Amino acid sequence: MSDQAERIEVGSDQDVVRVRQLIRARAVAVKLSLVDQTKLVTAASELARNTLVYGGGGSVEVTSVDNGRRKGIRIVFADQGPGIADLDLAFTDGYTSGGGLGLGLSGARRLVDEFDIETAVGEGTTITVTKWCR
Amino acid sequence: MERVPILKIGDILLVSIQIDMEDQVALQLQEDLADRIVATGCHGVIIDISALDIVDSFVGRTLATIAAISKVLDADTVVVGMRPAVAITLVELGLSLPGIRTALNVELGMDLLARERGEDDDEPDDEDEDEPGASAVATS
Repeated sequence: MSDQAERIEVGSDQDVVRVRQLIRARAVAVKLSLVDQTKLVTAASELARNTLVYGGGGSVEVTSVDNGRRKGIRIVFADQGPGIADLDLAFTDGYTSGGGLGLGLSGARRLVDEFDIETAVGEGTTITVTKWCR
Repeated sequence: MERVPILKIGDILLVSIQIDMEDQVALQLQEDLADRIVATGCHGVIIDISALDIVDSFVGRTLATIAAISKVLDADTVVVGMRPAVAITLVELGLSLPGIRTALNVELGMDLLARERGEDDDEPDDEDEDEPGASAVATS
């Protein structure tokens, strides 16, 4: 069972702000704790910025999920950018191929409960994260 | 594009971030603040982030850069008002904000700046140095 999906096209800084606001609203709606809301919105901000900066833009889709025991939020970040050639390297704290701190991917993974990444060089990257209510 | 206002109070520049900043707004703040430090000759900068419900790595890096730029321009920076959930998230994210001084609120931040300046000038002008609240000021 899941509530209606909402989708934002990410093509500018402003869209990253909209993603943060949407995720916050959805996280509040499923009653994530304040700390978990903060973690999820922060992770979403990192990943949406990656979609914009490294993926050359893309989309973010958020759904409320329910596995029968707990409710949660699932977010899919998708781009048709260059993809990630070396995933191990991309997940290394402090490594960056751009001008960032190199914490986006590895940090975002630590802030959510489930993290799945599919990437192919030349085709793009799709990252799916889920945060469950405690 | 929105801009974050910078207020001058005595020898201190006070920045209270009240909006969810786009990355460009954060970069603009960095430039504006450097200009204002030079224009006013202020020796202290307080950045109030009590209205921010998240600090991601970009904003974190911007705060660290502002602190470093201020230092080069002979001003000390204190970040104040971080929410508990933001602190927990930042640490888990892996961002320890090296080089950034923090205080729990604007008042304690002003105390911290006054104390530091007093020590720098070798003439302590801070009469309430032993006030219990002062121990709540975190230094890095």
